[in-house]
Amino acid sequence: MSEGMQGIVADWSSDQRAFKKVPWGKAMMWIFLLSDTFIFTSFLTSYMTVRMSTTVPWPNPSEVFALTIAGHHIPLILIAIMTFILISSSGTMAMAVKFGYEKNKKMTAFLLVVTALFGASFVGMQAFEWTKLIVDEGVRPWGNPMGAAQFGSSFFMITGFHGFHVSVGVIFLIITAIKVIRGDLDNERPGFMTGRKGKYEIVEIMGLYWHFVDLVWVFIFAFFYLW
Amino acid sequence: MAHTEGQQHPISIYFWIWGLLFVLSAFSYMVDYLHFQGYLRWFLIILFMLLKAGFIVAIFMHMRWERLALVCAILIPTGALLVLIGLMAIEADYTFFTRGIFFGAG
Repeated sequence: MSEGMQGIVADWSSDQRAFKKVPWGKAMMWIFLLSDTFIFTSFLTSYMTVRMSTTVPWPNPSEVFALTIAGHHIPLILIAIMTFILISSSGTMAMAVKFGYEKNKKMTAFLLVVTALFGASFVGMQAFEWTKLIVDEGVRPWGNPMGAAQFGSSFFMITGFHGFHVSVGVIFLIITAIKVIRGDLDNERPGFMTGRKGKYEIVEIMGLYWHFVDLVWVFIFAFFYLW
Repeated sequence: MAHTEGQQHPISIYFWIWGLLFVLSAFSYMVDYLHFQGYLRWFLIILFMLLKAGFIVAIFMHMRWERLALVCAILIPTGALLVLIGLMAIEADYTFFTRGIFFGAG
């Protein structure tokens, strides 16, 4: 197959299939992730718009998300820990994909479960963070004691939607791990939702979704928490 | 690789990228911890963010090993988002300006 610009023209003008060397499900996952990118960028853009246009000072996220641990006041520490956890989960996920293509069932399932545990602990920390903000700091979607009222609505909308993505990811990681360990992917057992034959490419498709969740967090971390 | 559709790469590359993402995240955190302000802060935040995003997409999501037809189909449409961000930044600036006039300097 030709590469470069000629490759693009050849791929797109060929019959039946534009995305060569990519399984159907994986191409569709990429398309879904592209649409999800638009959703998250719309959230972040609306956050940018309200933050730029408000005449009231924006609450300092470094202080809002600070924790006092063993007598030390550390800014933004919980968010930093959450970031490292999500990155670690991405690392284990990438290795699960690798072991999946080697048809190493035990390692794949083990790494998928580790990834799910990282994801679950991330959601747990987020629940802690939300509780602290709502109960202790009095942050509401329509206002807060620290500054601009738009802080709460932006925060709950963006982190809530991201946390929902992580939660769904954890559920599907467990489903994928069960499929792997049960041998569904070796026996080509049809999936319960799609009825398509089980193949190890579903581990990579799962991985794309999971890495995307990490990717979105990179942008939320930069624009919401650090800015 | 010729006959497989799967992505197979040595495990060391994932460990390297994992470590690199850890270091870059630590740098991002230090930007806040060391209280960098103004343009230096914004520049560093965006630099580390783009590096992290790039490594995740290119290596973890295997984008650099995909064919150009798929890479373009996914990456080029996101350019429309830059236009949206640009337009909304102008709009937000204008809203801020009019609020300054009508609400007074408060």
